[in-house]
Amino acid sequence: MKITVDGDVKEVKDGITISELIEQENVETPEYVSVSVNEEFEQRANFDTRKLKDGDVVEFLYFMGGGQ
Amino acid sequence: MPFTNEQLERYSRHIILKEIGVKGQKKLMNGSVLIIGAGGLGAPAALYLAAAGVGKIGIVDADVVDLSNLQRQVIHTTADVGRPKVESAAETMRAINPDVEVVTYHEFISSANIMDIIKDYDFVLDGTDNFPAKFLINDACVMADKPFSHAGILRFKGQLMTVIPHQSPCYRCVFKTMPPKDAIPTCKQAGVIGAMAGVIGSLQALEAVKFLTGAGELLTGKLLTFDALTMKFHTVKLPPRGDGCAVCSDHPEITELIDYEQPVCEFKPGKD
Repeated sequence: MKITVDGDVKEVKDGITISELIEQENVETPEYVSVSVNEEFEQRANFDTRKLKDGDVVEFLYFMGGGQ
Repeated sequence: MPFTNEQLERYSRHIILKEIGVKGQKKLMNGSVLIIGAGGLGAPAALYLAAAGVGKIGIVDADVVDLSNLQRQVIHTTADVGRPKVESAAETMRAINPDVEVVTYHEFISSANIMDIIKDYDFVLDGTDNFPAKFLINDACVMADKPFSHAGILRFKGQLMTVIPHQSPCYRCVFKTMPPKDAIPTCKQAGVIGAMAGVIGSLQALEAVKFLTGAGELLTGKLLTFDALTMKFHTVKLPPRGDGCAVCSDHPEITELIDYEQPVCEFKPGKD
């Protein structure tokens, strides 16, 4: 199936979970990433069980603390 | 007050823009912006806002200029090493545009002083380099109903969002709580490309100009990310401000400012 991750369309296995996607995408600091699916935040507690569907739009939002 | 001939000439490229014009330039000259952090993000923002003729610009920073700052903090020069950043920044801003009133705060922001500092400004720019400050600025601006621009940079990436408190989602709506100390790499640990500060700090200055003049659409309800390695800008649409936020919901859990522990960014080998 195809989903959009951070703006790019990607082919992923059917029913991939958020946790699996995080691993597959090599997300940095996975313990602290915020994830939105179709413009709604998903709770961290559901990352292991939330299965993504064809056409879902997933965004990873990262803490970025620099500025000085 | 009508413009002087010098002002008409100085701001002619603004005045000719239909989105700004004489009216917009007057709004800039009557407007005020507070820049918290006179560093990577604050430097370009302060330069452009001073050049734009923003009437009053406040600049907050407790640090002195360090040689390692000069790779990106373009408001300071080699001769400024060892001077308070606010002094060095103010001098450059006044040299660019003597019309601008520059107010300096040579201090760290904390729950004790932030409300008093932000109250005198129309718009706030977060140019700080640590999460305690970013959460403090968010919470204070939400409590004071003060519009602000959040930004962060790291390595070849940057992000920003504009918050109109109680209307658009705030920083805490997205990033609920402080990450533990040393959980997220800092620029000191992981590095940052100097021009990234220029890109993101300039975008913050643009948001301030748009806020003051009313031009265009603000970056509210969205997080803009930029990756310099792929040259991709990406706008993430954020969920609307909901009931869940600890500070900006209608029944907030957080009603007093929090001074989180200041993580001093020590380098930890192997951490990233």
